[in-house]
Amino acid sequence: MVKINGEQKAVEGMSIFTYLQSENYNTQRVAVECNGNIVPKSQYETFILKENDSLEVVSFVGGG
Amino acid sequence: MLEEDNKITEEAYYRALEKRHGKEFQKKLRQSKVAICGLGGLGSNIAIALARAGIGYLHLIDYDAVDLTNIHRQQYNLSQIGMKKTTALKENLLKINPFITITVDPVMLNEHNVEEILKKDEIICEAFDRAEAKAMLVNQVLEKFPNKYMIAASGMAGMFDANDVKTKKITSYFYICGDFVSDVNDDIGLVSSRVMVCASHQAHKVLQIIEKKEGKEYEYK
Repeated sequence: MVKINGEQKAVEGMSIFTYLQSENYNTQRVAVECNGNIVPKSQYETFILKENDSLEVVSFVGGG
Repeated sequence: MLEEDNKITEEAYYRALEKRHGKEFQKKLRQSKVAICGLGGLGSNIAIALARAGIGYLHLIDYDAVDLTNIHRQQYNLSQIGMKKTTALKENLLKINPFITITVDPVMLNEHNVEEILKKDEIICEAFDRAEAKAMLVNQVLEKFPNKYMIAASGMAGMFDANDVKTKKITSYFYICGDFVSDVNDDIGLVSSRVMVCASHQAHKVLQIIEKKEGKEYEYK
């Protein structure tokens, strides 16, 4: 299982890019942190989620 | 320094701040460098709070000019309509605290210039309007500068409860303030009170970070 934004999800083996697409995230509006480190956008497709990873997806909305 | 402030000496000004903040904390505040990216409802209010706190060095970045539709929530005056926000805000901040150093960059930040423009700053506030610009800045800063603090904002539109606006820690160097969901595009506008709540969350996190830092890390000059 992978902990994503506080919830346990069975997505191990999936790339971050595939996960973001499956959840309908707009990749132009997100920042992704895994196990305490930011994941560079260029690594979304090659970064494969592993058992016990802890992921935080920050999806920005407009206004300021 | 402005003419009318000449009678207040720098020493007296900082003695007054030390009365409120304590000597040690005030020294840290004065030795810290904070960048504010975007000088709208969030950025102009963050800047006012930080200038009043006596942050020694502020870096203001925005390409835009003051517009009449900004006045309801942004810290500008009617006489400043049409001025660059960087120029207008610097003028307003120096009236509050004439002893801080303010650097301005009237440019649009993008993935090609973030690294160069923000290299000297230690704490960076994201105060943009568009979601894509927010994500760009946060990703660039956290990728290029893993030891700089990033304080971003997301979700402060509308008339929802002020209490829904929170500060959330994502990593040791990345905080986000807002309700995380209220998008300005969802047919809801920005009202000054709620935007200021969010800006205050950001400014307060800046002060908390500075308070906790070791003094010796603040020898920049």
